[in-house]
Amino acid sequence: MTAKRYHVIVLGSGIESLVAAGYLGKAGLDVLVVDGAESVGGTLVTREVVPGYRFDSCLDSPGYLSPAVVADLALAHHGLKYSLGEPLMVAPRPGGPALRLSADLEATAGSLRQASPGDADRWPAFSDRITTLAGLLTDMYRRLPPRPGEGGVGDLMTILRLAARVRRLGRVELMEFLRTFPMPVADLLDDWFEDDLLKGALGVVAVRHLALGPRSGGTAFGLLHQQVGATAVPRGRPIISGGVGHLAWTLEVSARERGVEFRTGTGVAQIVVTEGGTTGVVLDSGEEIPARAVVSGYDVRRTFSDLVDPVHLDPEFAAMAARVRYRGVAAKVNLALGELPDFTGLDATDLRGTVVLCPSLDYLEKAYDHTKYGEVSDRLALELVIPSVSDPSLAPEGGHVLSAWLHYAPFHRRDGSWGESEREAIGDLALRILQDAAPNMANAVVGREVLTPLDLQDRFGLTEGQVYQGEVALDQILFMRPIPGWSHYRMPVGGLYLCGPATHPGGGITGQSGRLAARQLVRDQKKGRGRRAWT
Amino acid sequence: MTRPYDAIIIGAGHNGLVTAAYLGRAGKRVLVLERRHLVGGAAVTEEIFPGFKYSVFSYVVSLLRPDIIRELDLASHGLQILPLESTLTPLPNGDYFMAWGDHDLARQELQRHAPRDVEAYDEFGRLMHHMAMAVRPILGMIPPDPTSLSPGDLKSLLKLGKHFHDLGPERFHMLYRLMTMSSADFLEDWFECEPLKATKSASGIIGTFLGPRSPGTAYVLMHHYMGDIDGAFRAWGFARGGTGAISEAIAGAARAAGVEIRTEASVERVMVERGKAVGVALEDGTEIRARTVVSALDPRRTFLQLLDQSLLPDDLIDGLRRYRYRGSSGKVNLALSELPNFTCMPGPGAHLAGAISISPSIDYLERAYDDAKYGEFSRRPFMDCIFPSVIDPGMAPPGQHVMSIFVQYAPYDLNGGWTDAKREAFGDAVIDTLAEYAPNLKSAILHRQVITPKDIEDIAGLTEGNIFHGELALNQLFFLRPAARWAKYRTPVKRYYQCGSGTHPGGGIMGASGRLAAREILADWRGS
Amino acid sequence: MTPLQLNTTPFHQRTAALAQGHAWRRWAGHAVLGCYQLHHDREYAAIRSGSGLIDVSPLYKYLIHGRDACRLLNRIVPRNVAKCQVGRVLYTPWCDSHGKVIDDGTISRLGEKTYRLTSADPNIRWLTDNAGGMDVVIEDVSRSLGAVALQGPTARDILARVADAEVESLRYFHLTEGTIRGIPVTISRTGYTGDLGYEIWVAADRAVPLWDALVETGADYGLLPAGILALDVARIEAGLLMIDVDYVSAHRALIDSQFSSPYELNLGWTVNLEKGPFNGRDALVAEHRHGPTWAFVGIEVDWEGLIELYAAVGLPPQLPTTAWRISVPLYVGRTQVGYATSGCWSPVLKKYIALAHVETRFAAPGTAIEMEVTVEHHRRPVAVTVVKTPFFDPERKKAGAAGQRGSGAGDGT
Repeated sequence: MTAKRYHVIVLGSGIESLVAAGYLGKAGLDVLVVDGAESVGGTLVTREVVPGYRFDSCLDSPGYLSPAVVADLALAHHGLKYSLGEPLMVAPRPGGPALRLSADLEATAGSLRQASPGDADRWPAFSDRITTLAGLLTDMYRRLPPRPGEGGVGDLMTILRLAARVRRLGRVELMEFLRTFPMPVADLLDDWFEDDLLKGALGVVAVRHLALGPRSGGTAFGLLHQQVGATAVPRGRPIISGGVGHLAWTLEVSARERGVEFRTGTGVAQIVVTEGGTTGVVLDSGEEIPARAVVSGYDVRRTFSDLVDPVHLDPEFAAMAARVRYRGVAAKVNLALGELPDFTGLDATDLRGTVVLCPSLDYLEKAYDHTKYGEVSDRLALELVIPSVSDPSLAPEGGHVLSAWLHYAPFHRRDGSWGESEREAIGDLALRILQDAAPNMANAVVGREVLTPLDLQDRFGLTEGQVYQGEVALDQILFMRPIPGWSHYRMPVGGLYLCGPATHPGGGITGQSGRLAARQLVRDQKKGRGRRAWT
Repeated sequence: MTRPYDAIIIGAGHNGLVTAAYLGRAGKRVLVLERRHLVGGAAVTEEIFPGFKYSVFSYVVSLLRPDIIRELDLASHGLQILPLESTLTPLPNGDYFMAWGDHDLARQELQRHAPRDVEAYDEFGRLMHHMAMAVRPILGMIPPDPTSLSPGDLKSLLKLGKHFHDLGPERFHMLYRLMTMSSADFLEDWFECEPLKATKSASGIIGTFLGPRSPGTAYVLMHHYMGDIDGAFRAWGFARGGTGAISEAIAGAARAAGVEIRTEASVERVMVERGKAVGVALEDGTEIRARTVVSALDPRRTFLQLLDQSLLPDDLIDGLRRYRYRGSSGKVNLALSELPNFTCMPGPGAHLAGAISISPSIDYLERAYDDAKYGEFSRRPFMDCIFPSVIDPGMAPPGQHVMSIFVQYAPYDLNGGWTDAKREAFGDAVIDTLAEYAPNLKSAILHRQVITPKDIEDIAGLTEGNIFHGELALNQLFFLRPAARWAKYRTPVKRYYQCGSGTHPGGGIMGASGRLAAREILADWRGS
Repeated sequence: MTPLQLNTTPFHQRTAALAQGHAWRRWAGHAVLGCYQLHHDREYAAIRSGSGLIDVSPLYKYLIHGRDACRLLNRIVPRNVAKCQVGRVLYTPWCDSHGKVIDDGTISRLGEKTYRLTSADPNIRWLTDNAGGMDVVIEDVSRSLGAVALQGPTARDILARVADAEVESLRYFHLTEGTIRGIPVTISRTGYTGDLGYEIWVAADRAVPLWDALVETGADYGLLPAGILALDVARIEAGLLMIDVDYVSAHRALIDSQFSSPYELNLGWTVNLEKGPFNGRDALVAEHRHGPTWAFVGIEVDWEGLIELYAAVGLPPQLPTTAWRISVPLYVGRTQVGYATSGCWSPVLKKYIALAHVETRFAAPGTAIEMEVTVEHHRRPVAVTVVKTPFFDPERKKAGAAGQRGSGAGDGT
């Protein structure tokens, strides 16, 4: 039997792979999505781990979901429903009024007033400034990144357009943009605010999935990145009805409708490369599936170190690929709860958004200090959501599911690797921190799932447990992502593309890289570019 | 009747003196006013203990622009830079890492620690060459205002854009990485040898309040490469007679050009009439008038202390308020009866004519930083030591020695503030740490001078004791130094200029700020 | 103790004792002798008429073994290593991904899955970086392995007498294992002199007795220890290029014009574009299609012209006493068309010769160009002619022992 020959094989069924497949299918190409997992979705999976409780095991939010992608792939038509949890972010204050950050600036200012009237006064201006600066990123994230130093006319146009866009910011905002990017977020927040709780909460947002502390340079950019697409600080978290897995499901349905085929349960063993280009893939089963192009939703290390014979890669390219920084620093704890946590000063209606447990920047920085030496602090910051508050179908009557990210839990431990006992220890630690803030949690936990960075790597194929497929730090964004000089999704092997969060604009932004990668491939196909003619 | 002064320079630090010398050579009548009894600012040599000469603050020179040495003919005014060829990093396990200036010896040492680094060393040296070539034009440039639409600024910006474009993608990416990465990560991409990485990345934290793992420090690392690009290791030098000799040489060149230098003349404020600077008022009440006033002090003093704040626009005041100093380093100067005997390399030898760096690992530096982050001085600090008397016998009586120890971190904002007891405790931490590597050190000490960031502020007049007039952080460089739109040496007050390290390119005994400021002042005079 | 010293070679104890003029030079971080005697003339003469014994231990040596050893080497070098049989040696340059030469050296196939690579520069990082994902072990044996070259017409006779090894039948660019006075050695019929000769590879701790054995036996065959000054003359006569002198490694070149491709170094014969992917292949395919811009050639100074230039100032021709290693401009009319990078007076040929980079259109043998010479402080053009290299290529270099059939070049040279 000769295997069917596809135009494109998409590796992995993470969200960007699905988006890319959807767009490629829409363009009329024969597309096959291959994933070793039994179900599609990659890091977007909602599973019943504890009977009756459905967890968003890995990611609990798509971050910024590109409206263009939702529209282009008709996801609403396929049943996608989501809303922003309001208030957007809350933080309980021991012995004081809780912090409530809302899309309504006045409401937020009101919440800040008791702790610091000055902070309350400055909040609207701060929110506006951050939103303006992040708006520039939003704009850049919609397009191919500029490529300074490259000679092409297209590149020059991109840069000129960007320069024009940047200058439209106005003199003050432009200077602020340039000034803010490289700053430590702690300095930025210290410039504006006094309240430790507020600064701690925003600090957590800025260092999300970064192996940096709030006093490290470049973390102000981290805050801006997490603000992309937002109209207020912090960016709301889209809550998907039915859990994040439902988003993957609608994408799959949408793709199938566009003729995309799926093969799950069989991983890819090798990307076949001959004379300068890819000719398909070999599955774990040994079966070879020919194709004219391969789009990998995996990160750089998995794609190039595991799947491509090194003799087909220039050593200089391989060296650059090896330099991509991962360093996962977060662990995930999912809890099945018999009742809602009773945080000081917060009631059930306050728990639709994100709850942050981080009293101050120093607290966060000290948690980071341990990370530098490969240790786990016993005082971690928690960023948690309780999706069942908005979608009761996720848990039995009266019960809830809670999903928490812990910062910091470094992938690279000085004392060895993550094992069973380390996993339980960090689960217990999360619970202890949670109990300190909500004492009723001592007896409310029905079941739990703990994912260490090593688990994230093993179960979801995230190298070093890095959820964004590579740190979204200043030196790994735009034209530097995924590899300097290869930011336009085409890889040096003809017909091979990357489309995952490893590529521009990176993790926390959903749909853009899949869309842009598919667009590049379709363009190449029309021009007959790549390995061989697209007949 | 003498002709009125064309310019008064406030502060006889090296930048103030450089500006004065250039203005003097242009035929202008220039007066330099210095608060202390000697010139030099933070570049002074003082005989604090009889017979022993300390370079009290700044102690090495790598960045002094060769064009200044040539143009001001500093050699004939006594300047002589002696090479510091090696850096010894003693390790806690009794071994050491030696960064030799000689290529073959450097390879030998790398081969011993991490054979892969032998090749990396050459390639890294080449990379730094390219990066320095890429940055060099920027250092010599008046920073353009990227928000301005004036033809001059647009022209500069286009020139800058073309310069970056011409680098080609590979070098541009490298430069971008250098600007945005931490020195630890940047070096990690090249080297395996831990003490090599630590010792190199220590250059990246000097004068900043960041640890080597913080993005932004790789740039500072390169800043210290800029002085002289001839190999993979920093090319430090030591001025014969101590760093004060540099100041003396520049002062000599200035005097030869007719510049008048008055010490023990502390300026209280800049006199402004109808929006123009017209002179200065001294603390003793004397008023001296001049066509132009130039401040070589740091931005806080230049703007917020010497001027009435009502003369300044709000956004500048806001910018200056956010401009960060956070002095993070101190200094210990020792008079020694004998040279320290390092356990890892016993006895006398060539290593004592170079630098000794206490920087065994990146983690060591990070832990030193951790203390400082929370308001304590490092219990086990990073130190860069030299023995000036080994290089220049004139620095101490025969057979005896001076030791100069640069120490980081010592935060200006120490918990509870700096006291005499804290200063001594800080000095003890330094000596105790060093004694672990050179046990005879304690008994050899004849005299010890400990300088905290507070002392740097009090004695040398550097705000918060920051040796660079403000942190060398990316958000405080180039057109943002010291504040957006005021990076061209001018101020909102007409005929009042800034020329200190708080202006582009800033930092180190470089003199570039003073030279560029003089150029701008002369250009304005020609225009008016 | 401060290790303020260059490395010494395993033969140092013996070589140092012979240093009449203490003429130490640096070679790859080692102290080696420029010449043992006060002048290198006799040492050179030994190479061409008896035998020169040259300490070449500073070469870097890497042992590469494992399932993918051949695959790794084949990925790195442009020659087809798969065709190199056990017991053979091949010379090859290697390139970066732009097809520019990083270094050059020899690959000896010691066993089915074992190779030894020699190089002028350290290459461990390059080798390991290229070995990602391969089943191969790379060992740096530079310091544990001594190497001495025995070069000259009597070299075979000396070895035949002293070595317990198949030397007489050893063909050009082949190697054999054996012993010399009980010391295990590898003997390869290779060298850097363009003469009949061998390189003998020995464990560093047995180097001194090996030296003694060769010197004692060689005494009857005109053997002299020879320094690198004599070697330099011999290698120029042989038309062999030298890194840092005749080309800049792609890992150190700073500007575009400093890089060289194998084609530009007259090493096009080592490039096999058909063998499958290797570093720099795409760039070399393109260069092969368009033809290289530069060529590396031999030039010969027109003797009469030189006489005239010197006669004009009243002097007989002045000749360099050692090989020179500087850049000397070459002209056609007033246009510079290239530069010579090493040159010497060839005592055997009685010619003034040099190795030079010229634009391709001036590379054909017989092309007349001019070289700048400094005649009594004045720069003058002297006529030179492009010639084929090697300048000196004695039949004995490749020939078999008397009575044996001469062996073909094979993978040699």
